[in-house]
Amino acid sequence: MSVQTAGGSAGAPQTTLSSRRRPQRPASEAAGRGPRTSRIGSHLFLLALVLYFITPLWWLVVASTKSNSGLFVGSGGPLWFNDEINILQNLRDLSSYQGGIYWTWLGNSFLYAMSAGVGATVLALLAGYGFAKYRFRGRNLSFALLLGSVMVPLTALVIPTFVLLAEFQLVNTRWAVILPSLLSPLGVYLIRVYAQDVVPDEMLDAGRVDGAGELRLFLQVALPLLRPAIVTVLLLSVVATWNNYFLALAMLRDPQLLPITVGLDNWQALSNAGAGGEQVWNLIVTGAFVSILPLIVAFLALQRYWQGGLTLGAIK
Amino acid sequence: MTTSTVTPPAAGTRQGATHHRGSRIEHNRQRWGWFFLTPFAVIFLVFLVAPLGYAFWMSLHTKTLAAGESFTGIANYQRAFSDPLFLEGLLRVGKFVAVMVPIQIGVALAAALVLDTLATRLSKFSRLMIFAPYAIPGMIGALMWGFLYSPRFGPASDLFELVGATAPNFLGTGTVFGSLVNIVTWQWSGYYMIIIFAALRGIDPAIYEAARIDGATGWQTAVRIKVPMIASALVMVVIFSLIGTLQFFTEPAVLRTVAPGAIPADYTPNMYAFSLAFAYSQFNYASTIAFALGIVVFVFSYVFLYLTRKKSGLK
Repeated sequence: MSVQTAGGSAGAPQTTLSSRRRPQRPASEAAGRGPRTSRIGSHLFLLALVLYFITPLWWLVVASTKSNSGLFVGSGGPLWFNDEINILQNLRDLSSYQGGIYWTWLGNSFLYAMSAGVGATVLALLAGYGFAKYRFRGRNLSFALLLGSVMVPLTALVIPTFVLLAEFQLVNTRWAVILPSLLSPLGVYLIRVYAQDVVPDEMLDAGRVDGAGELRLFLQVALPLLRPAIVTVLLLSVVATWNNYFLALAMLRDPQLLPITVGLDNWQALSNAGAGGEQVWNLIVTGAFVSILPLIVAFLALQRYWQGGLTLGAIK
Repeated sequence: MTTSTVTPPAAGTRQGATHHRGSRIEHNRQRWGWFFLTPFAVIFLVFLVAPLGYAFWMSLHTKTLAAGESFTGIANYQRAFSDPLFLEGLLRVGKFVAVMVPIQIGVALAAALVLDTLATRLSKFSRLMIFAPYAIPGMIGALMWGFLYSPRFGPASDLFELVGATAPNFLGTGTVFGSLVNIVTWQWSGYYMIIIFAALRGIDPAIYEAARIDGATGWQTAVRIKVPMIASALVMVVIFSLIGTLQFFTEPAVLRTVAPGAIPADYTPNMYAFSLAFAYSQFNYASTIAFALGIVVFVFSYVFLYLTRKKSGLK
């Protein structure tokens, strides 16, 4: 990747030259870098896309600075700031409305995403490594089952899981959200594909000759090599749990247990149905804005992992 | 000693293991595979196999106040596949598949191909921005678009006034379909774009060199070389998108709060199953719907994988 990027910037000035003397050297056109006109076209296309993808986010930033009435009638219109900036008041109200339940919801989301994310990653890591590096009895059948399960729609499991957990008095508890989220067949698949490539059998065998046990080989030889795949699977499973809405909606009744997604949805329903005093549009908007910050920051910080890593399985 | 003589064939080739199982040390070692697999296998059995099995069992039974739970065979399935609410929902997600999957993958592929040819600051920034919605929960995305579509809060009326037109009602019965397509496209295209983009980066640049010598243009390189070479990544994102669309739930469920008239409670099969279970306590019939939907999704993805097996190189 770094090679291509470097070539791209170095080749750029050449492109214009070569495009004029096309027959001799259509230099970087072949690598996809066309003549100047098409480069301008490409950038315009990207700008249009960026505008489309960024507008809702921009709206959210602007709207979170508005008071409840300012959202309807403001000096700035929907896509610009009003004269009055109300964000601090909104944050204060967010902390006091319904006893500051907003922060409980955000904390719940953290707890669910972290525990399920870490748990799912550990399980996927162990299983993926086992699939990649051992030829045990039943391996092919298990792996075929795993691949098939990637195609099972997880939401189809929610209602039966609810009924099952109800038998064990586990619905409306934190476990009802965390335990089902530990399942990540895709994570196992990604780790397996990656482990097959980066953990050489020769290295493990050398360790065995030196008398290392299988667990030690896993912890000291394989684990460091698998780090990029681990971060990727962790990111994928944390995001999947953090973003989950259906499962929590089905499992939880107690407002104190809700994650942020279901909590904000309750406020939205309340504001739509309720009378003036119960309409808290400004809190919904500010709450939504605050809640997306952690993941945005995480993705910015972990760029080098997800930019290449999310496709671990696709390359194969 | 034994390990070093036995292991190379066993590890090197897939079928090798069976021939050399004679070695006890080797055999014992391979049991470690199960050791590593077991924790996941437990979760797999408890939260995938058991719910599926239980859903199937429930779908074969019917609960009545008078008789309690009784075995009714495939009666629930007969009811489901002649239930206009379920069939309409199924047809609707079918339409969403036909419209939404090509649009999402098209946007993602076009963006990835363009990004692959550029190494400018704008292109790096665009990559981040297009991907950003993936970091936002679907519920929050739907919530935001709900505000944007709203005639009370949204910018649509202002924007349309600029060109002297009146804004359409995005949340009407006829328009809500397109509005939902837009939300999902916004939410997921960036994720698919990243997968496709990374696959493009995995192509050996020497191939472009060969194409250049043959005089291929950028467009030809993209269509004839790049796209076929990332076929397996494309198959994967289509599968993701297909499975996601067939179990459509979050976006219509959230938008329903602001557009209850345009989105009924049974808009998609998943929403129907949810309301059957939690609004009407019909858990047996809800399980039937969920299980039937699961079968439909599985068959759809399997057929798609089968049809594309040569292109994708997947087994």
